[in-house]
Amino acid sequence: MKRHLLESADLDRADATLVLDTAAQIDAALAGREVKKLPTLRGRTVVNLFFEDSTRTRISFELAAKRLSADVINFSAKGSSVSKGESLKDTALTLEAMGSDAIVVRHHASGAPHRLATWVRGSVVNAGDGTHEHPTQALLDAYTIRQRLGRLEGVRVAIVGDVLHSRVARSNVRLLATLGAEVTLVAPPTLLPVGVGSWPAEVSYDLDAVLPKADVVMMLRVQAERMNASFFPSAREYSRRYGLDARRMGALGDEAIVMHPGPMNRGMEIAAEVADSVRSTIVEQVGNGVSVRMAVLYLLLGGNEPA
Amino acid sequence: MSYLIKGARPYGEDAADILVEDGRIAAVGESLSAAGAEVVDGAGLVALPGLVDLHTHLREPGREDAETVETGSRAAALGGYTAVHAMANTDPVADTAGVVEQVWRLGRDAGLVDVVPVGAVTVGLRGERLAELGAMADSAARVRVFSDDGHCVSDPALMRRALEYVKALDGVVAQHAEEPRLTAGAQMHEGDRSARLGLTGWPAAAEEAIIARDVLLAGHVGARLHVCHVSTSGSVEILRWAKGRGVQVTAEVTPHHLLLTDECAESYDPVFKVNPPLRTDADVEALRVGLAEGVIDAVATDHAPHAVEDKETEWASARPGMLGLEQALSVVVATMVETGLLDWRGVADRMSARPAAIGRLDGHGRRLAPGEPANLLLLDPGTRAAVDPAALASRSRNSPYAGRELPGRVVATFLRGEATVLDGKATR
Repeated sequence: MKRHLLESADLDRADATLVLDTAAQIDAALAGREVKKLPTLRGRTVVNLFFEDSTRTRISFELAAKRLSADVINFSAKGSSVSKGESLKDTALTLEAMGSDAIVVRHHASGAPHRLATWVRGSVVNAGDGTHEHPTQALLDAYTIRQRLGRLEGVRVAIVGDVLHSRVARSNVRLLATLGAEVTLVAPPTLLPVGVGSWPAEVSYDLDAVLPKADVVMMLRVQAERMNASFFPSAREYSRRYGLDARRMGALGDEAIVMHPGPMNRGMEIAAEVADSVRSTIVEQVGNGVSVRMAVLYLLLGGNEPA
Repeated sequence: MSYLIKGARPYGEDAADILVEDGRIAAVGESLSAAGAEVVDGAGLVALPGLVDLHTHLREPGREDAETVETGSRAAALGGYTAVHAMANTDPVADTAGVVEQVWRLGRDAGLVDVVPVGAVTVGLRGERLAELGAMADSAARVRVFSDDGHCVSDPALMRRALEYVKALDGVVAQHAEEPRLTAGAQMHEGDRSARLGLTGWPAAAEEAIIARDVLLAGHVGARLHVCHVSTSGSVEILRWAKGRGVQVTAEVTPHHLLLTDECAESYDPVFKVNPPLRTDADVEALRVGLAEGVIDAVATDHAPHAVEDKETEWASARPGMLGLEQALSVVVATMVETGLLDWRGVADRMSARPAAIGRLDGHGRRLAPGEPANLLLLDPGTRAAVDPAALASRSRNSPYAGRELPGRVVATFLRGEATVLDGKATR
């Protein structure tokens, strides 16, 4: 494992598999326990440095660190020195001076974790940077797919929605390719980046053509405000062409699953009856997020041997 | 003060002595002697006319923490320049005779290069109405180049009027070609790398669309147009087409666009953030060929000093721009001379004669010949050294060439017969 987890490309197939296997071992170790806590990172300090509001990701990392017995500091940009104009570098050096062993960073600017990693000695974990990557989301998605389908090699994954602005899509495309899955991106052309052709993924504009062949359908959050910049004409038209409703769900194979990184826009990219169906892994993804993040923190801070 | 330069090679050709007296080149020939002249050993050095930069940001007035006219002038002299055009995007903006005269006087006081102010095209660079171009042209600063650089004059009707109006001033509009609606929030070249890095793309078409529009307008009204920092292969094609049609268009390319590509953005180090952005290998190749052909007339630095706090940030928050004055000639040697695309006369043409002609600077860009103003430089083309930002004369440190080994070292620069650089060091 590299010292930092900044993007999916930091993980080769062996590393990625090690993270997933470690998460599975952690799950097994904690299953049925009353005290859901391991002593592994006792005395280590993990800082959650969040420049963007993201309660769910922050809580997930916080819980992961606490279950490994680490000391956790939550540093949110709002109401802190950052709102008084402190630079990212000064914030990083301050946290470093306080003895942080790992910084989990969420930032609105793509590449901010990469910059941070050049200024601190500890490990940096990217918890989502701008429109770049969100590697632990991709790891928990891979973990969830493997849990449900029993494998990743050859699994056909359709990633549907606002790929252009999605860090979840970028991380998933890279990681799933590393793990041998076959990814198809489905979106209106306006929501695919110029240059998507160089990604290890197929591209389609036609959701109905892709669904029957998909083992996994991963729906991305689409902000209705995008229509104001003419990415699509209206929320209604988007939903008609690219939303996953009950009718479209009927085109899926028997074993196929539906994923969403959350938060969902019910009625926009996903219909309520789909989100709440047995195919949906949305709640499992949240639980798996904690296990996978425990595995990442453990492997970056604790050592490279399985727990 | 007079100087006798012994054994330098004018334009890299046969060695000769050059006698500099009373601000002029008094003689060029073999075995010259002159009583009382300071002898400069030119053995192994290439003598070239003093360089002329069409595009420099000196930051004064307004951001003296990043650069001043004096520190920027020193950087220019060390780079072999004898004249630089100072861009108008200062604070206050150089959109009145008062501000351009202030900059011009600061340059004269520093005395290291001729600082030639560029006047803003529009009031406050806002792109709404013309600044008093005539007053700036008639001022002591004698402004001939007008530019809203940093901003595109995007309103086509306003651009047309600006092109027409400067005809009466023997002026030229230097356009920062960037369609603003296509580059909202843009961070880097739009392509494979921007897609992967999650940085908003700056499409080549946003530059090319404006250049295409402007060459049509310049042709229509019979005015002079200059295109700043051309960065794409498509732009080169449009310029070639326009020149073929007889449009009075000239263009410049920066050293960094001749050498660096968007691969530099992979580090997310904002020292590589610049506008227009670093492009692809294919663009770099087309720009080099365009410069060699003369479709691109000039190398211009777009020297853009920035304070540390404006660069040591996340990519999106950083200000665009990079240093260039002290390494421009070295980059041209590396990309154009060592590759065989330009000889030394070609370098003199693209970095001195043509930019001087575009800026209407009579005393610069002249030949190395008796009777001409003694604006010249001596270059040691063989030396290779890694660039150390801490050693630069600029007040800022945002050099994209840090740690990169580049060929060529400017040993001496003369401005109207006075040495501004000797032994590789500024004389003042």
